[in-house]
Amino acid sequence: MESESTTSSAQVNGNLAQTVADLSKHMLELDEDDDLEVFSKDALINQYKLEEQDIKDVFITVDCPENHVTSIETFVTYRVITKTTRSEFDSSEYEVRRRYQDFLWLKGKLEEAHPTLIINPLPEKFVMKGMMERFNDDFIETRRKALHKFVNRIADHPILSFNEDFKVFLTAQAWELASHKKQGPGLLSRMGETVRAVAASVRGVQNRPEEFTAMNDYVETFSQKMGMLDKIAQRIVKEQKEYLEGMKECGPVYTLWSGSEDQLVEPLKAIAGCIDNCCKVTEEQVAGLSENQVPILHEYVLCAETLKAVLRRRDNIQAEYESKVDALASKKADKENLKHTDLSFVFGGFLGKNTEEAKQQKEQRLDCEMKELKEEIGRLEDKVECANNTLKVDWERWKRNMQSDVKSAFVDMADTNMNYYKKCLAIWESFLTSQKTDVHLEKDTDS
Amino acid sequence: MADSTSEDVAVVGNTDFAAADLHNNTNNTVTGYSSFSKTMMEEGVPLLKKMEISVSEAEKRTGKNAVNMQEVYTVYLIETRPVDAITEGQSTAPDSLWRRYSEFELLRNYLLVTFPYIVVPPLPEKRAEFVWHKLSADNMDPDFVERRRIGLENFLLRVASHSVLSKDKIFYLFLTQDDGWKDVVYDTGFQAKADSRLKALNATFRVKNPDKRYTELKHYSDELQSVISQLLRVRAKVADRLYGVYKVHGNYGRVFSEWSAIEREMGDGLQSAGHHMDAYAASVDDILEEEEHYADQLKEYLYYSESLRAVCRKHELIQYELEMAAQDLISKKQQREELATGTVRTFSLKGMTSKLFGQETPEQREAKLKVLEEQIVEGEELVKTSNAECDEYVRNAWIDIDRFKEQKNQDLKEALISYAVMQISMCKKGIQVWTNAKECFSKM
Repeated sequence: MESESTTSSAQVNGNLAQTVADLSKHMLELDEDDDLEVFSKDALINQYKLEEQDIKDVFITVDCPENHVTSIETFVTYRVITKTTRSEFDSSEYEVRRRYQDFLWLKGKLEEAHPTLIINPLPEKFVMKGMMERFNDDFIETRRKALHKFVNRIADHPILSFNEDFKVFLTAQAWELASHKKQGPGLLSRMGETVRAVAASVRGVQNRPEEFTAMNDYVETFSQKMGMLDKIAQRIVKEQKEYLEGMKECGPVYTLWSGSEDQLVEPLKAIAGCIDNCCKVTEEQVAGLSENQVPILHEYVLCAETLKAVLRRRDNIQAEYESKVDALASKKADKENLKHTDLSFVFGGFLGKNTEEAKQQKEQRLDCEMKELKEEIGRLEDKVECANNTLKVDWERWKRNMQSDVKSAFVDMADTNMNYYKKCLAIWESFLTSQKTDVHLEKDTDS
Repeated sequence: MADSTSEDVAVVGNTDFAAADLHNNTNNTVTGYSSFSKTMMEEGVPLLKKMEISVSEAEKRTGKNAVNMQEVYTVYLIETRPVDAITEGQSTAPDSLWRRYSEFELLRNYLLVTFPYIVVPPLPEKRAEFVWHKLSADNMDPDFVERRRIGLENFLLRVASHSVLSKDKIFYLFLTQDDGWKDVVYDTGFQAKADSRLKALNATFRVKNPDKRYTELKHYSDELQSVISQLLRVRAKVADRLYGVYKVHGNYGRVFSEWSAIEREMGDGLQSAGHHMDAYAASVDDILEEEEHYADQLKEYLYYSESLRAVCRKHELIQYELEMAAQDLISKKQQREELATGTVRTFSLKGMTSKLFGQETPEQREAKLKVLEEQIVEGEELVKTSNAECDEYVRNAWIDIDRFKEQKNQDLKEALISYAVMQISMCKKGIQVWTNAKECFSKM
């Protein structure tokens, strides 16, 4: 980003600029990962200027699923084509093939790097019905669409789209990706992370800010309601399909009947025709609902789980900070206690040790530990503040996206249903006009 | 009493079915048969033109049945009023009486026996068939009772508008005589005239020269029954499914409302959209009620196919009797020939015994011949009347079958059109609801 925008931002948000500068200094020190770019000043400022800048400069398509068979396994790969004008990318166009596992890896890396950013969910890994379902055309198509959405959302995200792993994902050839995956924090350090996270969650957070409690409540209800809407939408599709199956049996019966009649042949055949046409329209409607509305609702059910995880991670970060604060407090208390007579030192004196010296040693040690803790607390405090801020901003962004997605899903549903009824109306009206003309004809022949 | 004829209607063996005669052959022991009612029975005009008939209400009654047990049954109020009274500007209160379903059945059975060449209108179903799950199969269910009331009214109107059936005395009394109607019906002795099932079945299998038209008619009635049954079955299934689709949308209403509580911007849009979803879910009840009416129209013709078959069966019976009489005559003539000429053409026990035990005396032969002659004369008479009967029957029946065909074509065409109209109404409602819902969603 140009320095002008940096300065103007700093002028507008005086304190903010200072905080930004402090934060970025700390981030550069602590991060072991390669994606330092993410925590660069520029990226942070991008985040605060969200509404002003929404230029899409990375375009990705996911298509052409293909089966691959090796001696060990069979899997599907998808073609990922990226077109971009960004300078960070060496070329303006890339084409690679990725399998589901690769998407999963990407998501993991993004979550690791940005624990409090909301990353839209991937389609589900397993299908209940059994292994062979994985290769069913409909399933693959649904998955492909979801994967396409997934990468595009990351590309649209002001912070995530600059993530280094994301870039590698889009550009690296298969063997390059494989070797890149092997880098990064080793197993032990990752284990350490997990242990700390578990410890933090067990400890629990003590002073959760009000707004995050509100977010938690919201997510609980949202998750519940989305789950219900997802079920309702799927149930409607199921019932409509069964209705269609029943309707399909009607037309042939009318046709059969027309075979026994003489005067009624024409209207009976016409009705059969209308019913068959309505069946076709119904099929279109069911397809429309299944392809547009149902997947969106389902995605947001998964999203709710993502939100819960994000809130948990934020809590853990705060809990970790709080634990260090507690540790510091207890060390301070220890130092205070040193000022008063400690019997152990007196006993030490009896054994020939210099009481004063021992005390001093201990005091020095405590001071050293406290200094370390203070530094760590400073770092964690920044981490908490950064996490909170990124979450808050991303929350707003997520909510906006959610509203827009949900709105379009339901507007689509209304459109699909409206078109369905309009087409059926036209079919039945044409039947009526055809019958009325027959009546006129009959009258003519009589006279 | 105005009616002067005193012939009993219990004319066992009287196979003359001319309509006009039947009008005269009514039982004399009738109460309330005034000169006013004579106008009603005027020749050439169906009853309905002179009299307004309706089945206006239904009520539950309790009483003791044949085995002295408590039972609950429904009675229907039949109201009648002369058309003149209304057109003259005065609206007099209608005469009315209550009848239960079994009495309608009795009336119909009487008509079936008395007018076997007429395609007698059917009654609404005794028990609910072809139901989809929401519709109750319970005879006491108010919707079922209501639909039955309409069906019974329809039955009466059809009979009253029939040129032949409407003139029947028993029918008239059914509409007007409160007490003792049942006794009057039984007194006609119509039950004795009814052909046994076995006899009819026998005739069906053994008739040698069935009239081609009747065979075709029988096939048609079988096909009609089969196809309408199928249609009703499929339609019931589809109604079930449609009900499911609409009702699940009601859940949207509920969840939208609950969700709107936590959404700031989307809340209003969700709430109002939810109301439309509720309205959509509720609209299916009316839609299916209308469709039930269509199903009832189809059912009427399903049961009409029974009446058609009854007419065919009667014809087969008459034809069979004619063939039997003819057969009998031929064999008797043969016997006469054999006796007269002394030749034994066919193997017979008589021939054998005469061979074994010697010929009869000329006197004996004379006596036998004489008896045979008499029998042959009787037989020829019988064949002549049977033939006449058969021709008469075919003539009368075919008139009514043509009438029925016209009626059926018109009614069914109207039914199909009304079905299309129903579908159009359903589509229009759907468009309305989803347009409204879309507006609400757009505002979210």
